[in-house]
Amino acid sequence: MAVLLTKESKVICQGFTGAQGTFHSERAIEYNTNIVGGVTPEKGGTEHLKIPVFNTVAEAKKKTGCNASGVFVPPPFAADAILEAVEAELDLVVCITDGIPTSDMQRVRREMKGSKTRLVGPNCPGVLTPGVGKIGIIPGHICKPGRIGVVSRSGTLSYESAVQTAELGQSTIIGIGGDPVNGTNFVDALELFLDDPDTDGIVLIGEIGGTAEIDGADFIKSWNKTKKPVAAFVAGAAAPKGRKLGHAGAIVNSGAETADAKKEALRSAGVEVSDTITRIGDAMRKAMGVK
Amino acid sequence: MDIHEYQAKQLLSKYGVSIPPGEVVYQTHEAENILSWLNEDKIIVKAQVHAGGRGKAGGVKVCEGDDQVIKTVDEMIGMKIITPQTSAEGKTVRRVYLEKAYKIEKELYFCITVDRETGGNTIITSKKGGVNIEEVAEKNPEDIHKLNIAPGGDLLTHHARTIVYNLGLKGKTAKSAQKNILSIYKAFTSLDAALIEVNPFAVIDSGETLVLDCKASFDDNALYRQRQVAEMKDENEYDPLELEAARHDLNYVKLDGNIGLMVNGAGLSMATMDIIKYYGGEAANFMDVAGAATPERVAAAFKLIYKDPDVKGILINIFGGMMRCNDIAEGLVNASKEVGLNKPLVVRLEGTNVEMGMDILKNSGFPIKPVDTMEEAAKNVVEMVKGE
Repeated sequence: MAVLLTKESKVICQGFTGAQGTFHSERAIEYNTNIVGGVTPEKGGTEHLKIPVFNTVAEAKKKTGCNASGVFVPPPFAADAILEAVEAELDLVVCITDGIPTSDMQRVRREMKGSKTRLVGPNCPGVLTPGVGKIGIIPGHICKPGRIGVVSRSGTLSYESAVQTAELGQSTIIGIGGDPVNGTNFVDALELFLDDPDTDGIVLIGEIGGTAEIDGADFIKSWNKTKKPVAAFVAGAAAPKGRKLGHAGAIVNSGAETADAKKEALRSAGVEVSDTITRIGDAMRKAMGVK
Repeated sequence: MDIHEYQAKQLLSKYGVSIPPGEVVYQTHEAENILSWLNEDKIIVKAQVHAGGRGKAGGVKVCEGDDQVIKTVDEMIGMKIITPQTSAEGKTVRRVYLEKAYKIEKELYFCITVDRETGGNTIITSKKGGVNIEEVAEKNPEDIHKLNIAPGGDLLTHHARTIVYNLGLKGKTAKSAQKNILSIYKAFTSLDAALIEVNPFAVIDSGETLVLDCKASFDDNALYRQRQVAEMKDENEYDPLELEAARHDLNYVKLDGNIGLMVNGAGLSMATMDIIKYYGGEAANFMDVAGAATPERVAAAFKLIYKDPDVKGILINIFGGMMRCNDIAEGLVNASKEVGLNKPLVVRLEGTNVEMGMDILKNSGFPIKPVDTMEEAAKNVVEMVKGE
């Protein structure tokens, strides 16, 4: 078991024949991901990387029984691609695309209300379950099968976390992305890991901007019967106020959005907080009581 | 992307929002033409810079009579505005806005922004406008009203009525405010704005409402479809290095320290700033070499950091995910040749094709210090810069 991406997942790639879709699908196939098809409008009926290409997600689902998708579609068309997968009622849509207008994502949020589909991203590195497969761009060779769940707003910091927890290994790594309006947030990911019998500890990587980390901390505080150790790092302690640092959502506008406020909230929820990303592995081991 | 007050007002006015009559000038003599039609007893002269707190810094002056207006414009153009929101050197005034001054009965606060929790837009209003709203929020939180609009939803008439009621407006004033609020919201959604803050949103002696000062910023990701907004970009408001970085599609923000950073990923770049601070140093910049790294892009990024006179040492921290370490190394060696590298350079590479990348660096013939961990990298660069 794991969360989101399991042995049962049948994955398609939207934007399959584009440069990014091709490069990362090749890596995902090398990683033994069960990729059953790709979608590129106008290229249906052809093959790409020895895998069938379809014109629409609905057609791909009908022919392959796919239940998950990775979206590598350029920003102006990405929100539409997400909604196409939502309408086809896939279980999981992982959107890697960076640079989608916020108002497009607001529309996605509206259309997805009541939907059974889970969206991860956009502007994220994706989801990887070691030994099972990956949707997105997380390098497979740095991840090891094991029992730590990783959830991160930043791609590269999720990689750091994977490397540092190598001897414990990971159940699943979820990159939730750096956009202000996204699909899955810390609370959702924490909930998934809390319910997952194969996850023993959780690494949470936040950053400045928004208050999703504080919501996560509140959620952790509310745990009573089932509890799991959590270690966290929040990037941006050295960030100046009012400047957007790379991610569209990484900007401090108010006191609650600073790294310090978030670290404090997490600490008060009993989370082992590391002040540098280089010690997130140590923090996880400390929280779990292992050396 | 931010725009000037006068530009924001021009945009709002296209959506039917009431603004005072006014015109922008770049040179003093242009003010004379404007005064020939802007025939008012009192004129406000406002410096157009992207920074709040202009008033206290001498950037807003009420003038009576043409001579005083012209004299004020002349003084203001070229002056430096220094506020808590600018750097210590301040910002040079290159544009000045002249507008009719009104008798103001009430100053209110009105703001639309994106609420990240709900994913919808949120409207923040207060009866206490014309002052720093953060102070109001701190001292009198009961004076701040928030109204959340469902994601992708419209501002409906009943929303506008609620807002107007919360602002304590009645009769003719309420009607005028309602119309303006609906129009501002329309502008917000139509133009892919990220923030429209009207402070003050004023009630004037006639009982009508007006946008007196306005700050607007827009979603960078949507500028491709908002050309009239994109064309309003004033490059003078940006650091030259930031402009150059933008031309190479690099996420770069100039900071106050002396350690130049080149990192892949926004999160890792922030974490690298943090660890440098942890070891007693300070980053000269944020730099996320986002997306696909070609040797050319890496070289451009490196040269940009190297060019910054504040940079005394450089730390490169790359974790190859989307990027391949050998591409990075090749780009670095080429750039080192071009600049004749003579500042300390510490490199940490990890991820895809890392051995290939490290070999390229080791065999480059340049004094590049490759290290295995981020911790080592930060310690080394902080020490090397202190030793300089």
